[in-house]
Amino acid sequence: MAAPTSDGNRDGVAKDDRIPRITSAIRVIPDFPKPGILFQDITTLLLDPVAFKDTIDLFVERYRDKDISVVAGVEARGFIFGPPIALAIGAKFVPMRKPNKLPGAVISEEYSLEYGTDKIEMHVGAVQEGERALVIDDLIATGGTLCAAINLLERVGVKVVECACVIELPDLKGRVRLGDKPLYVLVS
Amino acid sequence: MFAEENGLHGDPRIKAISDAIRVVPHFPKQGIMFQDITTLLLDQKAFRYTIDIFVDRYRDKNISVVAGVEARGFIFGPPIALAIGAKFVPLRKPRKLPGEVISEAYVLEYGTDCLEMHVGAVQAGESVLIVDDLVATGGTLSAAIRLLERVGAEVVECACVIGLPLVKGNWRLNGVPLYVLVEPRLDDKDNHEECGL
Repeated sequence: MAAPTSDGNRDGVAKDDRIPRITSAIRVIPDFPKPGILFQDITTLLLDPVAFKDTIDLFVERYRDKDISVVAGVEARGFIFGPPIALAIGAKFVPMRKPNKLPGAVISEEYSLEYGTDKIEMHVGAVQEGERALVIDDLIATGGTLCAAINLLERVGVKVVECACVIELPDLKGRVRLGDKPLYVLVS
Repeated sequence: MFAEENGLHGDPRIKAISDAIRVVPHFPKQGIMFQDITTLLLDQKAFRYTIDIFVDRYRDKNISVVAGVEARGFIFGPPIALAIGAKFVPLRKPRKLPGEVISEAYVLEYGTDCLEMHVGAVQAGESVLIVDDLVATGGTLSAAIRLLERVGAEVVECACVIGLPLVKGNWRLNGVPLYVLVEPRLDDKDNHEECGL
């Protein structure tokens, strides 16, 4: 296990006095969407204005001086956390959406699910080659969606600096699937 | 009412916001001039102006809940909620919210759809602002208003970035006032196609 870094992180997991309140604001719902799954519900975090603000502040503090010009958020819960971060650090917000939602010309990336495949899309021209991006979602499980998002950005020449999630489910090994792309989470 | 009717006439931020919205003709079908806010989100100044104008209007109104309609209401609602110290409550399509929900059906051009909210997210007596990117027929917003009123909340206003001209003046939806920043734009050409909304 790596030693804590100077900013209090250990292995890409935040360490800060604000974390306990954030953790306890997340509601666990058993057997959703199917039996055996413990669903991590962030809607209760959004009902606690202090914890929600702390969540955003923790990400903003980490990313504000990293020359990030793009925050890409994965539909739909990434749309809740991404824009406040983008606004605070002066970056663009780019929504990554399910198929057929974005109205203009898009590029798509397919990814595997447990059964079958899905696709995410980004508008052509939303990002430029050479930009530095942060990818944000509420939670990382297997990492399939985040990998697809990273691929979409890298295909157009963007450098993905880091992926950021509120919650990590470590047993599903999403961090491993991300490979050399750094992952930063608040709750693991 | 439009922002320009209420103190923001001539405010250059309004033009910046309008200009940053992209019009995509014939999406999702022929005749619809889709008002695409994703280009607004790429313009940091214009996106900031959008949020600032709403925050300035709502910060001293004792609003304890900002409810955002999936999915584009999730982009504009949370920054407003954070700035005014309110809760953010997502209003979602069916079967997305994991806990116990209440549902409200509404009519589409063909068929019906449904909006859901978590039980317990909002208490009776709370003052609520509903946020979405655009108001057209008002069907979705009406369903949102009904959901919140069913739990005894008071919907103070609905705020949208874009709205049809009919929301000028004192026009209300189910008795609730609307506050809108800009009208839909047609495309660049001088045509008079309906915006098809």
